[in-house]
Amino acid sequence: MDIIWNKTGVGRLVQFITIRRSTRLLMSVFLFFVIATPVSAATTTADHTKFKELQVHFESGPDVTKTCIKCHTEAAKQIHKTKHWTWEFLNPENKQRLGKKNIVNNFCITPQSNFKHCASCHVGYGWRDENFDFTSEENVDCLVCHDSTGEYLKSGDDAGNPKPTVDLTYVAQNVSKTSRDTCGACHFYGGGGNGVKHGDMDDSLAVPDRDLDVHMDAVGLDFTCSTCHKSIEHDVAGSRYVPDAKHTEDYHVHRRDYDEENNAHCRACHGNKPHKKEDKSRLNHHAHKIACQTCHIPEMSRGGIPTRMTWDWSSAGQLDKDGNPIEKKVDGNLVYSSKRGEITYAENINPEYIWFNGNVRYQLLTEKVAFSDDGHVLVNEFEGSADDGESRIWPVKVFRGVQPYDPVNQTLVVPHTTGHDEASYWKNFDWNKAITAGMESAGLPFSGKVDFVKTQMSWLINHMVAPAEGAVGCNECHTKNGRLKDIDGIYIPGRDANETLDKFGWLIVLLTLLGVLAHGFGRIVSHYWRKR
Amino acid sequence: MSKKMKVMIFKRFERFWHWIQAVLVIVLLFSGFEIHGSYRVLGFEDAVTLHRTMAWSLVTLWVFAIFWHLTTGEWKQYIPTLKKVDAMIKYYLLGIFIKAPHPFRLTVLRKHNPLQRLAYLFQWVVISPVIWASGWAYIFYAEWTEWGVDQYLTLEEVAFVHTLGAFMMLIFLVAHLYLITTGKTVWSHMKAMITGWEEIDPDAKEN
Repeated sequence: MDIIWNKTGVGRLVQFITIRRSTRLLMSVFLFFVIATPVSAATTTADHTKFKELQVHFESGPDVTKTCIKCHTEAAKQIHKTKHWTWEFLNPENKQRLGKKNIVNNFCITPQSNFKHCASCHVGYGWRDENFDFTSEENVDCLVCHDSTGEYLKSGDDAGNPKPTVDLTYVAQNVSKTSRDTCGACHFYGGGGNGVKHGDMDDSLAVPDRDLDVHMDAVGLDFTCSTCHKSIEHDVAGSRYVPDAKHTEDYHVHRRDYDEENNAHCRACHGNKPHKKEDKSRLNHHAHKIACQTCHIPEMSRGGIPTRMTWDWSSAGQLDKDGNPIEKKVDGNLVYSSKRGEITYAENINPEYIWFNGNVRYQLLTEKVAFSDDGHVLVNEFEGSADDGESRIWPVKVFRGVQPYDPVNQTLVVPHTTGHDEASYWKNFDWNKAITAGMESAGLPFSGKVDFVKTQMSWLINHMVAPAEGAVGCNECHTKNGRLKDIDGIYIPGRDANETLDKFGWLIVLLTLLGVLAHGFGRIVSHYWRKR
Repeated sequence: MSKKMKVMIFKRFERFWHWIQAVLVIVLLFSGFEIHGSYRVLGFEDAVTLHRTMAWSLVTLWVFAIFWHLTTGEWKQYIPTLKKVDAMIKYYLLGIFIKAPHPFRLTVLRKHNPLQRLAYLFQWVVISPVIWASGWAYIFYAEWTEWGVDQYLTLEEVAFVHTLGAFMMLIFLVAHLYLITTGKTVWSHMKAMITGWEEIDPDAKEN
């Protein structure tokens, strides 16, 4: 919790007035007048503006990094070991080779063959194609995570290099710890736009209020991402490939060594009996079967920015009568584009709920597609059930798409979408060419036939945690057709009942009622009959 | 010629116990079937809160009631007898319609007729224990793991038994409410339960 303790009023102010987005200007100005004191450097012992090494003109990103690693000798080596650098991850459970570099999703599908474009979210410089040198230290991008100015921007299609307009000297002299802004620069925009992918992450979390996120509340606890996602040697805790989803007894606040991996979960701070007030034992007992997120994140996309819910690539490629690509927007959201197809959005919506034990299987490009009962290819499949003894009920965003596949080889495919070359789908709208090029660059077989499959991908909902009073109430699940209507294998009072008992019970109640009414009627009739 | 006299058959505590219990049971049934999902009026959460409060109130009341029954010897009123049960049944099936005399002569020491005795005893030894045992298991569901109970019980089973008890209670209530009207006059039993006084005929013969 050192980050919270260190955050003095001045420190907080520094963070506020260095926030990039114009939407935050008002708040910053307000705070500036409230605490109208001169701004000193942040709470570190090194003022980088005073370093001679940084008082020079930097030609390029790698130029800066070369200077950084003169002092921070181990930093680049540490980065080299992380997913942020390798975009690769080996699932220790099922040995699937995952990571951004390998997996497919049903948004932009895959960075493969599109690195020049997609590497704008890589913590490095120069990843254009398969020949990128992953051992190069100078190609590590320190600034993208450690910028505090908000001035550092990567170019959208230059393999992760900064925009030429960036004053690298100014940025390098003003490095700091990571912030919601630096992490968010990529993670808020996953899937190619603000809030597109996750449903619980978008730029409303840059300066959230208490209602949106009780921990990140910019004028309250003011957590940054790294408050929970602590890192050791630049390796950041928390993984969507092997999420820590089970109910276990151990927890820890400080992540001090690799044994305490992946502690970016609620109980790292709150423990296993988090409810301290009314009805605490009942609520704490719920935690055995229900993830904290299920009750404490009442809706997805609560920050005013909608998230994408469906994406139909099969409808892409329609051009106007002059043969030019089309873009249709509703409320500023792209609902159709020739490049991408039809897209739908939602905000302030309930997530779906599933049993989940932390094991995820991905549909790899090298595996034949498997279809679910309702005819979807599950791009990722969350394992879990009521009776495996380790699953809990989790909220997920289920993203449904239609995307190209190879009907002969029965595999998902790599389309080369970006760029200005002949094969680029976004240039020439030819799936065959785009997939031929994509699969070739990925070193995978392609039959030359293209068809489309319905796909489904699930995303755990972890962020935008509401304050206690905003949590999901009992009545939302303990009712018929409530939030948990599709959760099987568990008895939920108010939702479930023994139908046979109910049928017989009410029948006998009714018969008793009819019996006494008839008896009473008989008495009345006989009473008047005898009177006559 | 027989002489009517008034006797106090329901003492002050007994009447207090009865009416508080009546209110609690009705509220418990109402909130209980809402928790069960039979209808939505208060909402699950408020229904649970109400149900639990009423349940603990009833437990408290019962502590006093049991103490009262034991110390006053009134518990003997529930000792079952089969004597005249057939006559009682015959009376309800036939006699009541032709204004035949009631086969049971009420005294202070025998204030419940044989059918009542059986019904109340059933209430004491079957319905109530079923409801209490399952109700407590339900209330302490959160502690099951700690107590090791979860290996032997599921919530579904407990809910089943509790609902079964609730249906029995509801059926009892329906019958009970009707049988109130079967006294000498429609309101005489009700009056006795409110005032405590019942008019009895000390010389009347049982037939």
